[in-house]
Amino acid sequence: MGVGIEVVNLNAWYAANHTLQDINLNIPANHATALIGPSGCGKSTFVRCLNRMHETNPIARVTGTVRIGDLDIYEDAKPVEIRRRVGMVFQRPNPFPTMSIYDNVAAGLKLNGYGNRHVLDEIVEKSLKNSALWEEVKDDLKKKSGASLSGGQQQRLCIARALAVDPEVLLMDEPASALDPVSTSKIEDLIFQLKSQYTIVIVTHNMQQAARVAEKTGFFLNGRMVEFDSTHKIFTNPSDKRTEDYITGRFG
Amino acid sequence: MGRSKLRTGNKWRARIRTGTDGLATGLAVLSTVLVVAPLVAIFVYLIYKGASSLSWAFFTQLPKPEGELGGGMANAILGSAVLLGLASLIGVPVGISGGIFLAEFGRGTKLANAIRFTADVLNGVPSIVMGIAVYALIVYRQKHFSALSGGVALGIMMIPTVTRTTEEMLLMVPHAVREAALALGVPNWRSVLSITVKTASPGIITGCMLAFARVAGETAPLIFTALGNSNWSANLNEPIAALPLQIYTYAISPYDDLHRLAWAGALVLIVLIVAAVSLVRFVASRGVLKGAS
Amino acid sequence: MTRIRFQRSLDDLKENLLVMAGLAEQAIQRAIEAYRVRDLSICDLVSRSEIAINRLERDIDQAALDLLAMEQPMAIDLRFILSVIKINADLERVGDAAKAISDRVRSIEQMAVADLPVDIPRMATLAADMVRKSLQAFIEGDAEMARNVLTMDDAVDAMNRSAYKALTKVMEEESHMAPQALNALMISRNLERVADHATNIAEDVIFWVEGEDVRHHKSLKTVPDPHAMG
Repeated sequence: MGVGIEVVNLNAWYAANHTLQDINLNIPANHATALIGPSGCGKSTFVRCLNRMHETNPIARVTGTVRIGDLDIYEDAKPVEIRRRVGMVFQRPNPFPTMSIYDNVAAGLKLNGYGNRHVLDEIVEKSLKNSALWEEVKDDLKKKSGASLSGGQQQRLCIARALAVDPEVLLMDEPASALDPVSTSKIEDLIFQLKSQYTIVIVTHNMQQAARVAEKTGFFLNGRMVEFDSTHKIFTNPSDKRTEDYITGRFG
Repeated sequence: MGRSKLRTGNKWRARIRTGTDGLATGLAVLSTVLVVAPLVAIFVYLIYKGASSLSWAFFTQLPKPEGELGGGMANAILGSAVLLGLASLIGVPVGISGGIFLAEFGRGTKLANAIRFTADVLNGVPSIVMGIAVYALIVYRQKHFSALSGGVALGIMMIPTVTRTTEEMLLMVPHAVREAALALGVPNWRSVLSITVKTASPGIITGCMLAFARVAGETAPLIFTALGNSNWSANLNEPIAALPLQIYTYAISPYDDLHRLAWAGALVLIVLIVAAVSLVRFVASRGVLKGAS
Repeated sequence: MTRIRFQRSLDDLKENLLVMAGLAEQAIQRAIEAYRVRDLSICDLVSRSEIAINRLERDIDQAALDLLAMEQPMAIDLRFILSVIKINADLERVGDAAKAISDRVRSIEQMAVADLPVDIPRMATLAADMVRKSLQAFIEGDAEMARNVLTMDDAVDAMNRSAYKALTKVMEEESHMAPQALNALMISRNLERVADHATNIAEDVIFWVEGEDVRHHKSLKTVPDPHAMG
């Protein structure tokens, strides 16, 4: 159900700042791929290029090719279409504050015109079950607002919201960095289960997290991708000294 | 030895701190009183002067013809309602649309800057000048006074407040909420309307009602446009009565009786405005409790 | 540089392991010396250092465990700590072998000097050499040197095998020398074990430095790789 992502010579700018330089990589389908690197290395920018969110910033610019499945997302499709196939979960949970839990999960569908009550009910339930939140909220779906949940629950709500539109790819930008260890574990278990249905790309500062959930890991530094290999290799015997310095914590 | 010195020193500094704190609190209370006092004084004086003239007749009868005493301001209350309704129909949509444009679609463009500048200028135009302008534009062309022109004048005066408040409220919606909508593949216009505007709606409503409360008491623009009417009239093409106008007319008349009615009218006007502002706060607080971030 | 405290902990761990290595090496040297000059007092020294070696083994393992739990070491740091734990065990066994040899020396001391067709001292020197070289490779993080140690194992194995043949022949044909021959056989076996431990240490050094697991290379070459099949 997931698709692979092919990135060829991707370059990105914020005004004159050359944020991403010549990125080339292949993200495998139905796997979790982690992107690690120090602050400001471009990994978040990279991920935002995969669902064309980078260009929502007026000073942003992109060149290069990104193919999701067979589709060249910059040449052959509009941003809105891409974002329906590539879901995103952000660092800080951002449920819609004026909407109930039900409406939050259904937002992607309702706002795009799908109105059938029964179908929506099913999709909301399925998405909440897939994000391990159903049991905790099934009695309050329409009564509680999205913002009244705890941090960990809110993030799972955002995951359910992203899953409800049935994307092929799920991008997660440091999804657990604002959460406590228990919530983090729940999210990681979730990613493990979701891998079989979606292609997941997860940006993380937490290397142990990358090691726990991802089969492949890419190390970004100063806008370049230094190394991209199996997680096992990266964390036990990386090929590049810069990678090793980063993961052993010896910078400078 | 050293210990006791420290304790004494601390006590002294603590006393100074407590004293300063008390002084600051006192000054703050005094300032509040000084600001609120005139409002309270006006209110009390109005009640004193006008409450006795309030009667069922006031709310149901028309003003008596020239020279006669008694009567009411029923038509003025109706007239104000019509004028304010028309003003809102003009001011609210234009203002909100302007605010949405400034905040969401035109950020940084020259057009947006021009609009913002125009709104600020419009805000500063004296109300009587606004009345004269609408007179020249509508009344003169039509060759008659009308409720329509009055509503237009008041509506134009509402626009800057509504626009600026809407813009501010929309800008306060966290960027994260917008991003969440965009990332779901929702087109920008839909995201703005269904998410951003909805999130900011309590604040936007506040802005509208503040503008409403402001123009509810405007008299000068109505002198050259609505003119006033001693009969029942809700016809947009004819002159229409309004509370502020009626108060003015009675106040400058030579009759004591009418003066008392004017006081009553002023009291009713203030009460209606306070009621409107209270409604504003009630709506706004309800919106916040619903979980707006 | 970041993680200075962690680096210091790693350096301390290395140092403690080297102290242990020194004790183990010394034990072997002493045991061989005891055999050569038949001096029981040297045997006592070996017994005593055995106690110190055991204590150090526990301490080093504990320190390594702490580092694994508290510092989440990655890549080369992780491989280093793993190697330390393994080398630690091998050194302790070297100490055990030294003690076993010195126990044999005690037994032989009572007996008459026998002229046996085995060159124990030469074998001992080779084994001790291997230990020294593998530890040197560890100190310097030199995988090349470690690989050299691996090649030396064959010679010691060969010597052990021929010693076995020669000594069993002696035990059969000249039974009055049987006790001495038996003890010499056991000493030879212990020396072969010391050489094996030195080999292990060398393999661990290669794993640490290069990330390659070169253990059991001889036997694994002939057995099909289960992961490579289907």
